[in-house]
Amino acid sequence: MLRISVTVNGHRFEHEVEEHWTLLRFLRDGLGMTGTKEGCGAGECGACTVFLNGRTVNSCLALVAEADGGSILTIEGEAAAGKLSDIQAAFARNHAVQCGFCTGGMIMSVRDLLQRNPKPSVPEIKSGIEGNFCRCTGYEQIVEAVLDVSGQLDESSKGELRYV
Amino acid sequence: MSEHATVTRRETTVGTDEQRVEVIGKLTGDALYTGDLLLPGMLHAKVKKSPHARATILRIDTSKAEALPGVHAVLTGHELDYRLGLYVVDKDILAKDVVRHFGEAVAAVAAETDDIAERAVDLIEVEYAVLTPVLDPMEAIGADAPLVHPDLGNYSYVEAAFDPQPGTNIANIIRMRKGDVQKGFAEAEWVIEREYTNPSVQHVPLETHVAIVQWKAGDEVTIWTSAQSPFTVRNLFCTAMRLPMNNVRVIVPTVGGGFGGKAGIHLEPLVACLSRKAGGRPVRLQATREEEFSLLPCRSALTYRIKTGVRSDGTITAQQMSMYWDAGAYADYAVNVTRASSYSAGGPYDIPNAVVDAYTIYTNKPYGTAYRGFGHVEFFWGLERHMELVAQVIGMDPLEFRTRNLLQPGSTTLTGETITEHTGNPRKCLAEAAAAIGYGHLTPQEEQHERHTGRKIGKGLATLHKAPAMPSFTASSTVVKMNSDGSVVVNFALMEIGQGCNTAIAQIAAERLRFPIEKVKVAIERDTDKEPYDWQTVASKGLILSGNATILACDDLLAQGYAVAAQVLRAQPSDLDHDAEKVFVKHRPDQSVTWAALSIGYAYPNGNGVGGPLIGVGRYIAQGLSNLDKQTGQGNPALDWTYGAHGVVVDVDPSTGEFDVVRIASIYDVGRVINPGIVRGQCLGGMVQGLGTALCEGYIYDEQGRLLNPSFTDNKIPTAQDIPEQIECAAVETAQLDGPFGARGVGEHPMISVAPAIGNAIQQATGAQLMHMPIRSEDVWRALQDMEPIDNWITQTPAGSCRSELPTGHLPLPEVIIAPTRVEVPVLH
Repeated sequence: MLRISVTVNGHRFEHEVEEHWTLLRFLRDGLGMTGTKEGCGAGECGACTVFLNGRTVNSCLALVAEADGGSILTIEGEAAAGKLSDIQAAFARNHAVQCGFCTGGMIMSVRDLLQRNPKPSVPEIKSGIEGNFCRCTGYEQIVEAVLDVSGQLDESSKGELRYV
Repeated sequence: MSEHATVTRRETTVGTDEQRVEVIGKLTGDALYTGDLLLPGMLHAKVKKSPHARATILRIDTSKAEALPGVHAVLTGHELDYRLGLYVVDKDILAKDVVRHFGEAVAAVAAETDDIAERAVDLIEVEYAVLTPVLDPMEAIGADAPLVHPDLGNYSYVEAAFDPQPGTNIANIIRMRKGDVQKGFAEAEWVIEREYTNPSVQHVPLETHVAIVQWKAGDEVTIWTSAQSPFTVRNLFCTAMRLPMNNVRVIVPTVGGGFGGKAGIHLEPLVACLSRKAGGRPVRLQATREEEFSLLPCRSALTYRIKTGVRSDGTITAQQMSMYWDAGAYADYAVNVTRASSYSAGGPYDIPNAVVDAYTIYTNKPYGTAYRGFGHVEFFWGLERHMELVAQVIGMDPLEFRTRNLLQPGSTTLTGETITEHTGNPRKCLAEAAAAIGYGHLTPQEEQHERHTGRKIGKGLATLHKAPAMPSFTASSTVVKMNSDGSVVVNFALMEIGQGCNTAIAQIAAERLRFPIEKVKVAIERDTDKEPYDWQTVASKGLILSGNATILACDDLLAQGYAVAAQVLRAQPSDLDHDAEKVFVKHRPDQSVTWAALSIGYAYPNGNGVGGPLIGVGRYIAQGLSNLDKQTGQGNPALDWTYGAHGVVVDVDPSTGEFDVVRIASIYDVGRVINPGIVRGQCLGGMVQGLGTALCEGYIYDEQGRLLNPSFTDNKIPTAQDIPEQIECAAVETAQLDGPFGARGVGEHPMISVAPAIGNAIQQATGAQLMHMPIRSEDVWRALQDMEPIDNWITQTPAGSCRSELPTGHLPLPEVIIAPTRVEVPVLH
């Protein structure tokens, strides 16, 4: 066993963990924060994306020991004081959520992208979320949500169902 | 229910772009999925799986696993006297004596932690005598093929609909006979016969299958599971375990995607047996991603042979269709996929003389189940490629050829159903898809692009249709309960799996009640002890069946409210009207009583009470459907038909075969759009899932039947980088007369026919004749070199991927036959 100290969404935790635990396992089983999901356990689907010390990581690949002394941001820290963040609100408006299983990790990657690039182009958005699989939406409405939250959604970029 | 069908724009909630009702929990991480639940005393399970495709189990030694501290239960097949099966009861909970596919469960452990369970599984020793597997379905139907199920003749099955052939590997045969096919071929000037194939594919819900089960004293069982259909889980579980339904409760919280893979019953019986053996502790089992590929089922592979008789004017006179479905080791849904595909097999075309023979074939591979489209993604690959090739052979433009043969009012389907003007408009869908991509010509910019790059632009079309595959008497129900503030809670058992049914039903309820949607809550969790019955969440049938049940429940609630209000207001119910707040006298609107006052029983000022809680119940059962005749396939299986079409623009490098899908325009006749953002979400998501199937997804096996690519490294699914630059979705609204507000389902349809539209566009661009899906760059290149297509889905390569290149080439080559020469389709015994 190992004793670690981490800050998660601004709260400090001291915790006994097993050495081989991943950060994902620590968040879910250790802290009971189940908003972060496991989709593959192999770093390929992005469902477990969280911020570790300001950078997004696949928490299924990071060992919790690597996070000792560090700062973590998860989807549970995205809404503030019971109010959706701008990214979350844009996801809701643009139907960027279906089953919701990829959504937490997806939002973490979008936050990361927008921190680096406040007005990303469509190719930059697609590149920014390419590590996050979504099997439901086909990504298009997620891209529109990112355009929306970055103030770039206009008549030409807003996709709509056409009636014929 | 014709009063619902009139499409007008009087509605205020139906047709609007409401946000998803359950979206906040999904955005914040608060939504609880089955795998997030933590029960007191919960144990963790792991499964020992077969490394062989076909083997005899000589010995299983679990003693070391049982001795490991923290292990509470170890199970093997011989302890379990239960057999499972949706339609053919052919599957043991754990393999007994033989294993029939790579990844099959042979033993399982429940322990204090995942880690202990994992160690215990490693300590289980299994000794196998490895046998040569039967992997190729065409070989499996040969006379001397080893039998996957030698006991097939002893299995029970649903005799009304299915026809297993004991002594063979054929789990089911379906026959359709319409008109006189010999006469039709005699009238043809051309007879064109070709064969099309596709491999098995994994659904890939982001949430893998997970179940938690507690089998308590007195055989009281509670199941929490990531299932699409809680009542079907309960039904099949009780049948297999021989328990009364009141002993079993199935609870489904939020589900992280299903796509058909979570229909039916999967991990629940095994986990239940572990819990019982562990003394009633709750046990949790979540599939790893690798297990999702091989322990859990996939989509069946298909070989589809089509022979079409056609006149020079483009009229189809006859069509003979033979489907060879690779069920894998167990029949599961594959036998019903075979049935549903058979009655749809000709597509939305008027084929006067038709024969379909469809076979579900056992092989030693992971087994097939329902997958979005239920067979239609697979057979439309062949059918719509075939229509393109037939048009090419007779020298007619494929759009003109398709349009000439499309169903129209008065046409009959393969099962003899007469199409009406209300069935839907495939003609308009196809025409709009063609218009959206500028079909038939290149723009000046496209011509310039071709000149500058040496690449070729191609524009292709494909049609699609599908009706729900379901029992003829499928029923759904809804309960609408009024709260004491005059808002309502809606309960029904159709499962929200991402498709948006909770929002659509909320909008339908709000519309029918004439309440704002904010006053309508749809319960998120489903619980067989609390929700009213629904059959399943499959088949794109939910909107019509649950939608109609919801309308009826709302009407019932309103009638109850009016009855009490009439008493309170000293009026007849027919004198009353209502708004979101109150019931009032039509001609004296100041005389009113609030819904809140009526909601749980009205109290007069002196304390007398009348009425009672307002609870509306709606039941809806599919109307007028019938079983299909076993010899001819004639009957009425279709609740509704949703038609659609895709137009695709590709940009191909003819020197390498590399190509990009530049544009897709997809059009569906949805009857009535309940929520445009959600309809569009289904269209986009299904289209991209169809793109994955079209371009790269598929199971690859080695010659011993080991699955080589059970991971996202070797079995890619589309990422955001893979979607076309231009995607357009459009809706035609030909009202479904028995649909809620005229609506019909569109959940599965967007995935159908994406692949042939791409194949057709590539052919238009380059002439490449593609017969196998997925379409990889080297397939295009090989087709352009007139080289044989590669079937590398059973391969000698030690590591597989979609880009594997080693040929085995044992499928019969396609042929183009020009009348009067004929080639008969091989007859199966």
